[in-house]
Amino acid sequence: MTVTDAAPLSAAGNPIGFGRMLRKEDARFLRGQGNYLDDIQLPGMLHGAILRSPHAHARIISIDTSAAEAHPKVKAVITGAMLEGLKLAWMPTLSQDVQAVLATDKVRFHGQEVAFVVAEDRYSARDALELIVVEYEPLRPVVDARRALEPGAPVIRTDIEGKQDNHIFDWEAGDREATDEVFRRAEVVVAQDMLYPRVHPAPMETCGSIASMDRVTGQLTAWSTTQAPHAHRTLYALVAGIPEHKVRIISPDIGGGFGNKVGIYPGYVLAVVGSIVTGHPVKWVEDRSENLMSTSFARDYHMHGEIAATKSGKILGLRVKVLADHGAFNGTAQPTKFPAGFFHIFPGSYDLEAAHCEVTGVYTNKAPGGVAYACSFRVTEAVYLVERMVEVLADELKMDPADVRRQNLLRPEQFPYMNKTGWEYDSGDYGKTLEVALDKAGYDDLRRRQAEGRARWRAAGGTPEHPEVGGEHLMGIGISFFTEGVGAGPKKHMDILGLGMADGCELRVHPTGKAQLRLSVQTQGQGHETTFAQIVAHELGIPPEDIEVIHGDTDNTPFGLGTYGSRSTPVSGAAAAVVSRRIRDKARIVAAAALECSTDDLEWELGRWKVKGDPEKGKTIQEIAMLAHGTLELPEGVEGHLDASVVYDPPNLTYPYGAYICVVDLDPGTGQIKVDRFIAVDDCGPRINPMIVEGQVHGGLADGVGMALMEVIAFDESGNHLGGSFMDYLLPTSLECPSWELGETVTPSPHHPLGVKGVGESATVGSPPAVVNAVVDALEPFGVRHADMPLTPAQVWLAMRGRPLRTDLAVS
Amino acid sequence: MQVTMRVNGEEVSRDVEPRLLLVHFVRERLGLTGTHWGCDTSNCGTCVLWMDGEPVKSCTVLAAMADGRDIRTVEGLEKGTQLDPVQEGFMREHGLQCGFCTPGMMMTARWLLDHNPDPSEHEIREAISGQICRCTGYENIVRAIRWAAEHPAKEEVAS
Ligand code: FES
Ligand code: FES
Repeated sequence: MTVTDAAPLSAAGNPIGFGRMLRKEDARFLRGQGNYLDDIQLPGMLHGAILRSPHAHARIISIDTSAAEAHPKVKAVITGAMLEGLKLAWMPTLSQDVQAVLATDKVRFHGQEVAFVVAEDRYSARDALELIVVEYEPLRPVVDARRALEPGAPVIRTDIEGKQDNHIFDWEAGDREATDEVFRRAEVVVAQDMLYPRVHPAPMETCGSIASMDRVTGQLTAWSTTQAPHAHRTLYALVAGIPEHKVRIISPDIGGGFGNKVGIYPGYVLAVVGSIVTGHPVKWVEDRSENLMSTSFARDYHMHGEIAATKSGKILGLRVKVLADHGAFNGTAQPTKFPAGFFHIFPGSYDLEAAHCEVTGVYTNKAPGGVAYACSFRVTEAVYLVERMVEVLADELKMDPADVRRQNLLRPEQFPYMNKTGWEYDSGDYGKTLEVALDKAGYDDLRRRQAEGRARWRAAGGTPEHPEVGGEHLMGIGISFFTEGVGAGPKKHMDILGLGMADGCELRVHPTGKAQLRLSVQTQGQGHETTFAQIVAHELGIPPEDIEVIHGDTDNTPFGLGTYGSRSTPVSGAAAAVVSRRIRDKARIVAAAALECSTDDLEWELGRWKVKGDPEKGKTIQEIAMLAHGTLELPEGVEGHLDASVVYDPPNLTYPYGAYICVVDLDPGTGQIKVDRFIAVDDCGPRINPMIVEGQVHGGLADGVGMALMEVIAFDESGNHLGGSFMDYLLPTSLECPSWELGETVTPSPHHPLGVKGVGESATVGSPPAVVNAVVDALEPFGVRHADMPLTPAQVWLAMRGRPLRTDLAVS
Repeated sequence: MQVTMRVNGEEVSRDVEPRLLLVHFVRERLGLTGTHWGCDTSNCGTCVLWMDGEPVKSCTVLAAMADGRDIRTVEGLEKGTQLDPVQEGFMREHGLQCGFCTPGMMMTARWLLDHNPDPSEHEIREAISGQICRCTGYENIVRAIRWAAEHPAKEEVAS
């Protein structure tokens, strides 16, 4: 059976394989029976709360906890000084830096953890925070990343011996000389500065952890909102020195992750310390302000792009310089060898001659993080860069941006394609996908209507000086074409803190033919319990309702690095297919023994080994399962039962791609942008469950609209965080989102056992440039070439007047 | 202080601190954890339940204010083993992913359909606009509510 054939239906009406299937996990969520972190109550459980810094940069002179300790319901108050005694004041980050669990010497960002209170209930814990007196000596903060390396800038990381500046790393990719050479001979060179502002994943469930340390057995059980339970187990062992076999991490239902729940936060460690100190389980759940102010932000990339081309629009080269704001601790979560993540996929989907990028990472007095919010390890920033640069070029050449892309997209015969920065794209038919999107949008008609609208506006007297005329609005059309590299990753290239990025998977087929699949990855809403059952069904013919997917508990699942970077289907999905195939091979041996024939005499049809030429004779997978556990004599060396396990090390990344078109309406009187239409054509290979894939795309598109138009974490000159609640950090609601128009093309990955490529982040990566390109296009009558996100009414209004803002800093 | 209220048809009575929020009361004192909490500023709507037949954000209501009132939570949507059409619609149209916003969304949806059995797409979007979903991009939530509008429960048709 090929993956495109419709799968047969099970008795319960589910596809035995790929196809639309309602989700198995929904039954509990619909009834309010999900089991999220904060739903868990343990006997004797205490509650923790964190006191946070009101300053961005200050020396700690003294901390007086006596009044808090005297509170009748307080069980413990923990400070950085106490943690120093336990050697727990600092913890390693995922980027070979350290981060303060509780501040000792200085606070380095607004919202940093200073003290931890453990009390009988959550309200008392919060009350006691107000009783702690901390004396600070404020220091000059570094708020603007562009000034972090200036001589005389305050040094943030005085804890690092000999550190004299705020520099973290310099990194480059591509061929500098070849790129410079291309730029020297190019007929056209255009440059553009742009900021991908700091944003936050803000899942609806905030982060939290419950730690329970058994003093007698030395066993630590931690329930945590984590996308990567196994990585957390190893890190707990390394951070807290608890032997790894005594650490069990349970990741219950997760209320959205988007990268926010990859790392270990000080609160998690503090819950462990609280449990050790009090002998009780300790729950810590952050509030929304803590979530927005202290946990992993995303982006904060200041980019300078240059594009070289011929006069007719053939792109020759791209040159990029990035200043990366990593906050006070280098805590990004990405493969170790890549300090800028996969940013060097910035040549994008285009056939160009040379490319080069340089990235410099700096410390600032802001929260740590950097890789989060469904970014595919900074492919988001890369796609934004290249898709804006293509538009800037089209603007310079007065060409239709669709034509510039048509001329430059990689052609199908170029795949597998080694790009100019070292990525081998697996497969693609980009031109086709672009045309499907343009068709679906009715592109030519849109352009015609846009021209008519502009003419009406001008006729009514519309000019940049008098934009508001008779209620005439202006249309903007934006295209983006993205290629992602996901499914990190091949062990030979990728690790996190030395841990290879391969995924384990175990499949047990029970005697009655029902199965359990154990995964190392962890769902946060992506529907793994359904999709992975469908993978096994596809490979073995066991109905998906007979397959239980088990995940989120390190004691009951094999090791693997977790779910982020759209890696679940590319890596763990492959593992599930391979482990199923192992079972299928074993089943063949069992069937041959039972049928008293050679394995060569058997052929597979979904769910059954049958005798070639005698199709009546055969054994179903369920019959084989019983036989495998029974008394049947198996060939020498073949063990009984029907279980298997694998570790899947992907040979390459997978490269999903897509063409997106956004149509916006600009009210020139107010600068208000409304997204009228959004067309998204994705190619993620075959779709295991098209319903789930579409849901993933919908969610990512809303993310994109939010980032492009609304979301930003900005700071004032003192380093105060200005986005600490949903009143200030604006997320898209049902009214900002249009009804999404989706399409698809299918180009399987040649190296993935199922051909699938992953889709979780495609839309988050691909949509922001489409929205921004549309807004800038709407602003064409005003001569605007670029304005930074978020394109709020104020920002658009200023852009119309030729003075768009720096959105990362507050204007006073 | 003592508060007494009807919750999903059953009378409950508890001794509470006057400052206890209704969301914490139903979650922690009654164990009805289907109602969620997601923000400090009354913006997210994951905490929506009904008080005297009206959706309220239970993070902005004190348990004390619910004294003597009638509360309905997501746990009270199902009738016996019969899912409410809204629940059915969310399942059929993939209106939920992580499920965290879902109870609040469904409580608003049920209220909308009780008052407007045939809402337009825009009316649905208006109704849920005070609630945030980070996963679905709202598309399938809208479809789920339309599905429920098109498949009313039998007794609703009868009445
Ligand atoms: S918890 Fe966010 S509105 Fe109530
Ligand atoms: S389903 Fe996750 S927030 Fe709505």
